[in-house]
Amino acid sequence: MSTWLAQHLAALRDALRRLAAAPLNSLLSLLVIGVALTLPTAGWLAIDNLRHLTGDTPGVQQISIFLSLDAGKREVADIEARLKDARAGKWRYVPREEALKRLQSSEGMAEIIASLPRNPLPDAYVVTPSDAQPEALERLAKTFSSWPKVTHVQLDSAWVKRFDALLRLGRLVIILLAILFAGALVTITFNTIRLQILAQAAEIEVAKLIGATDTYIQRPLHYFGMLQGALGGLCAAILVGGGFYLLTPPVAELAQLYGTSFTLQGLSAVDITALTAIGGALGWLGAKISVLTHLRRFA
Amino acid sequence: MITANDLTKRYPEGREALRQVSFEITAGEMVFLTGHSGAGKSTLFKLLAAIERPTSGSIVINGHNLAALGPTAIPYLRRKLGLIFQDRKLLFDRTVLDNVLLPLAIVGHPAKEAVKRAQAALAKVGLPNREKTYPIALSGGEQQRLAIARAVVNRPAVILADEPTANLDAHSAREILDIFRAFQQVGVTVLIATHDSLDFPDLRPRILQLERGQMSEPQQAGPIDGGVA
Repeated sequence: MSTWLAQHLAALRDALRRLAAAPLNSLLSLLVIGVALTLPTAGWLAIDNLRHLTGDTPGVQQISIFLSLDAGKREVADIEARLKDARAGKWRYVPREEALKRLQSSEGMAEIIASLPRNPLPDAYVVTPSDAQPEALERLAKTFSSWPKVTHVQLDSAWVKRFDALLRLGRLVIILLAILFAGALVTITFNTIRLQILAQAAEIEVAKLIGATDTYIQRPLHYFGMLQGALGGLCAAILVGGGFYLLTPPVAELAQLYGTSFTLQGLSAVDITALTAIGGALGWLGAKISVLTHLRRFA
Repeated sequence: MITANDLTKRYPEGREALRQVSFEITAGEMVFLTGHSGAGKSTLFKLLAAIERPTSGSIVINGHNLAALGPTAIPYLRRKLGLIFQDRKLLFDRTVLDNVLLPLAIVGHPAKEAVKRAQAALAKVGLPNREKTYPIALSGGEQQRLAIARAVVNRPAVILADEPTANLDAHSAREILDIFRAFQQVGVTVLIATHDSLDFPDLRPRILQLERGQMSEPQQAGPIDGGVA
């Protein structure tokens, strides 16, 4: 094992020892960092879930193409080919029989449908465009309208625009919140490291006098900040996970009442890793700034 | 080994601690730097340890011109010096062994070998079996031995000691000086700054005497009498 690696491992051990030396203080710091990261993370997840929820709703980020009642298999295949050529995104063919069955399964509709002499519903395509920008959706809807045997194209462009603006506003608020809380995390770490330096002043002074480089002195403090931030990130993941665990059943129940199978999407493994990494990076930054500021007095 | 030429140290407030001090110490010599309090011994110690920079003049230790060393090179120079400070600078929240392990950790010695070397250094200064003790539980003489063990554990070619016998009784002072003598006899250069009146003629060290920041006669071997007991 190289000296470099051994010194990094020693610094990591030292940082862990410092964290364990004051468990209550460490726990409180982790909780504060965790809460600071929880708010933007939860907001970001809420927006993501909102996007998923509306993504499944016709007319919001989907375009429905209704064919004329006399459209035959050839015309249906022609529309499919045109969709392929137009690279419209994903689409699903909904035959009129399937549409009728779905309508029948809706509460209170079975008797009405049964009283009809024939199936009044047309064949349809439900398109989920790859580009969900309002302008792109409108452009696509216009193109679809011009195709033969298409009688109606459903896109609530005003709602799409409103919803898109709402999402953008939400994202902006989350970004501002994230910047604010990232600043809080850096500040918390800055102060923790300042206290560490004050507590370890004698050791730092002696180490410098007997040949320790600045890197040697700074390394455990950097690790300390990084560990504290990363563990705070994990703490945030646990808090967010806990919140979603509690919210998932009532949200699913509510969605069922509205006739959808929507369930909340929690944090994935990648999200948790990213959250931990971001926490670690911000902790390292706070430690770096604190070390540069407070180690100056040790000549 | 150590060459000082026209060393002058003037502090920002205008006080001149050293004025045109020159001397040469050859490898393996044991030299006592004597003088009253305020004569400039500690300032000279700080210049030799690169803790402070001279206002003018030059210091060459082991071929390294201290004036030419950048801030990043200074730690590496200090690793080659065994520094013993007037206030010892022991870490009281660490065990005796951990105190001695610190310089080895700084240079990145593997843990197992480092423990062996630290134990050997403690044995050399007469502190075996005290590894798990904390410095607060040691007597003044023992604390000084611990400071010496920490200074020599990296096997330096030069030992610089600032007032190593201060506040020690004559018996303990003699023991400490004998430890330095033992290192000198194996080729280590030893420079001891002291204002104590030490009368151990058998040690026969070379004496450099400072008076109000200037080198004064005698610079020959003999008993030490800095004047302050």
